[in-house]
Amino acid sequence: MSLSVKNLLGIKELNTQDIETIFRTADNFKQVLQRPIKKVPTLRDTTIANIFFENSTRTRISFELAEKRLSADVINFSASGSSVSKGETLIDTVNNILAMKVDMVVMRHSASGAPWFLANHIEASIINAGDGTNEHPTQGLLDAYSMREKLGDLKGKRIAIIGDIMHSRVALSNIFCLQKLGAEVTVAGPPTLIPKHIEALGVKVSYDVKKVLEWCDVANVLRIQLERQHKPLFSTLREYALFYGVNKQMLDSLQKEIVIMHPGPINRGVELSSDAADGKQSIILNQVENGVAIRMAVIYLLSGKAEVME
Amino acid sequence: MRRFISDPHENYKPKRTNFGQYFNKYLSHTIFGLNPNDLKTLLDKHQLNITLQRLAHQLVENHLEFSESAIIGLQPRGIWFSDRIVKIVKQITGEAIPYGKLDITFYRDDVHSGDLHVPQQTEIPFSVENRKVILIDDVLHTGRTIRAAMDALIDFGRPKNVELMVLIDRRYSRELPIQPDYIGQMVDTIITQKVKVNWEETGEIDEVVLLDV
Repeated sequence: MSLSVKNLLGIKELNTQDIETIFRTADNFKQVLQRPIKKVPTLRDTTIANIFFENSTRTRISFELAEKRLSADVINFSASGSSVSKGETLIDTVNNILAMKVDMVVMRHSASGAPWFLANHIEASIINAGDGTNEHPTQGLLDAYSMREKLGDLKGKRIAIIGDIMHSRVALSNIFCLQKLGAEVTVAGPPTLIPKHIEALGVKVSYDVKKVLEWCDVANVLRIQLERQHKPLFSTLREYALFYGVNKQMLDSLQKEIVIMHPGPINRGVELSSDAADGKQSIILNQVENGVAIRMAVIYLLSGKAEVME
Repeated sequence: MRRFISDPHENYKPKRTNFGQYFNKYLSHTIFGLNPNDLKTLLDKHQLNITLQRLAHQLVENHLEFSESAIIGLQPRGIWFSDRIVKIVKQITGEAIPYGKLDITFYRDDVHSGDLHVPQQTEIPFSVENRKVILIDDVLHTGRTIRAAMDALIDFGRPKNVELMVLIDRRYSRELPIQPDYIGQMVDTIITQKVKVNWEETGEIDEVVLLDV
């Protein structure tokens, strides 16, 4: 039992079998996390570097916790306060860390494709913890895992991804992962925040959030990424909230009960209102909980592979 | 370099004796005391049933009542064996025994060598604290699985003591100082052989076979 890949760079490169293997392993780790001693000695001989060139709370804590629950040694690196600000290149930075005998790298970078670039230059396994606006594979996996936990098999299920599709790496990983599991995906949001030709990925596009909510079983609401929007793409946040935000009133007006998800951090009152985010339909905190189990599974499955490749 | 002139010795291949095969087929029995006729089947259905009955009775003899004891079967193949033992013990004593299943995948010492093992469910619906735990597995070989199992078990609490029951003990092949307390049958094997226990529950017939791999 192993994955077909040596690195987890994107969900695009995984096959359905890999995703099933990760989910199955995560089931077992989730069980471990419910024990009084939430730790297993599996990777006591492994050292993992978390290299974050971009800010993060959830992903970083989740990865660190996953690594510690597996008994791996962890080193944390963030770009601020490091030699990156002195002009050191990515490969030099990573090679210097690897020279200290590190077995695996978890990396977040603001440039799309940075982990692929790195994978061509280093031997150690790489896990992509988000690259620019491209992919965030572990988030895609934990979203699909949380949906499956709530709804059962995702084949034929209708999933809506609502919000800033253009700047979101979560959207792309979600689309790839959900399609591989047989779900139907619709993206919704203002036309300026939906990339052109996204239909080519086999998703439907809608600009009417209300209609999409009526269609879907799950609504994965994404954050408006103001830090990536270098030119104004909608007039005001208030206007966005009025036309594209999801709130409890809208959810109550639907004929059915849908599941609300958000990868965090939430702009409360913009893409998602507080009463919807904290309501009983929301599984946002389950997503965070499952994140640790999914990341443990990915790290475990890749750590076996890395040695086999040598 | 390719030769164009035909070589008179080209078609001559010296006859090679496969000593390994010869050893497995004839010598292993004389050295390790196995009868060639028993090579395939170590225990047939009838013998296996008698052994299971004996092991269950030995367990009852040692524990008398199981209120402070618990049986834990090891995933994946040990649980078929432990299921049977639990069933027979229940027939003898007439009471239900605390029974759990333990998966040791994440406690293995060979994560980095070779293919990863498929994790199975761990299910221990009682506290192991201060209990007499009987670990059950089908075949004891190097002892590494049991080492991992003891590590995993300690993570659930501090048992009063731990005993080990195995159906087949491949003796003289231990890599760790581990001894079973209840043994179905001891066999002498060489490293290239494999002992497989088959169960009706998995769609096979009840038997223990020795395979030359």
